[in-house]
Amino acid sequence: MKVAVVKYNAGNICSVINALRRIGIEPLVTDSAADLAAADRIIFPGQGEAVNTMVYLHESGLGDIIRNLRQPVLGICIGQQLLCAHSEEGHTPCLGIFDSCVCRFPANSPTEGRIKVPQIGWNTIEDLRSPLFDGLKNGDFVYFVHSFYVPECAEAIAHTTYGGVTYASALHKGNFYATQFHPEKSGDTGLRILHNFIHLCHD
Amino acid sequence: MLAKRIIPCLDVKDGRTVKGINFVNLRDAGDPVELGKAYSEQGADELVFLDIAATHEGRKTFTDMVSRVAAAISIPFTVGGGIHELADVARLLEAGADKVSLNSAALRNPQLVNDIAARFGSQVCVAAIDARHDEDGWYCYVNGGRIRVERTLFDWAREVADRGAGEILFTSMDHDGVKQGFPNDALARLSDELSIPVIASGGAGAKEHFADAFRLGHADAALAASVFHFGEIKIPELKQYLRDEGICVRL
Repeated sequence: MKVAVVKYNAGNICSVINALRRIGIEPLVTDSAADLAAADRIIFPGQGEAVNTMVYLHESGLGDIIRNLRQPVLGICIGQQLLCAHSEEGHTPCLGIFDSCVCRFPANSPTEGRIKVPQIGWNTIEDLRSPLFDGLKNGDFVYFVHSFYVPECAEAIAHTTYGGVTYASALHKGNFYATQFHPEKSGDTGLRILHNFIHLCHD
Repeated sequence: MLAKRIIPCLDVKDGRTVKGINFVNLRDAGDPVELGKAYSEQGADELVFLDIAATHEGRKTFTDMVSRVAAAISIPFTVGGGIHELADVARLLEAGADKVSLNSAALRNPQLVNDIAARFGSQVCVAAIDARHDEDGWYCYVNGGRIRVERTLFDWAREVADRGAGEILFTSMDHDGVKQGFPNDALARLSDELSIPVIASGGAGAKEHFADAFRLGHADAALAASVFHFGEIKIPELKQYLRDEGICVRL
């Protein structure tokens, strides 16, 4: 099983590599079109900000490479947001794999008053509906750090609630999967999700 | 619902944890990696490692330790101590740390907070504030609490938040080590005035103190050292207690 991690300008990918090693995978970190095309599974991780990252993905040609991938791809955090149609962060058009758009958490919630942005910490994932979550149960905790989110939509495979907002905390469409949370930082629950992604049945 | 976080803090010198540590079933309680792993398995939500060495050699050993922690543990961890410039932050993040905490360095050079936020993102930057309740109010202290700075806790906290800090780690020098609870009034004011998470630090002596920090102090997370290291409070029991009290924690 060849697993590639997309190398680009968005932050710390060290923890993704460490987590994959803990489940017995030695990933290839690459931005080469040939290496990505040859991989069985691709992880598109990241921490960062949408505008500069999208500029980089366009200019480097990586954006088109990612759009055309046919094997299972897992976007994580900003990786998920970049796979969406559009982000409110800098009003940036994104890669458009998912139809959803990315919004910023409001400073005030209708039900809970002022909310802290970014959301930092462990929150639950609910309404799980994907083989990505085999072995998990609704209400399991995973680790989030984010200011922007994807509203509830048809592509959602998990939901999370923060500050009175229930949003899509994981997405799936075709060969593309994505999580807003960081499986690589979510203890054994997160390692199980990475394991499930690596072992997804895929034709 | 977002859980309240429980964070053990480990002091590290020359690659070894300091302070007496009384931990059962550990081959080597002086090894920060092994200790961190044990805490992670017990349900700690994050870990903090503070480098208390002051030497160049100690720094290098600490960076090696950060890499070993990152390879062994799949929960977030923060490192602090000896961070003076962006290059220190880059070195620790490259080694695998998720966040860095700045204390005196931020008060001496506040621009460093802006620079870290701009280069690595706010989520990386934890502003640690040591403060004491003097006769004229809550004031910040540096150099391990030896020197008073003419800034109040609340003004400085707001300033670092505006400069881009992602979280505030507030230690009350009056409460630290006394084991009589956290400074809940000051915590609540900080938490209510700021739009970033506040971590309560220093003062835990009993499980009830954590519940109070969350309920009365509106803290987002609570950090402690000795009560965990000496096994006076066990993390699984603490979390079960908090849940029974109706506080959302990750179990």
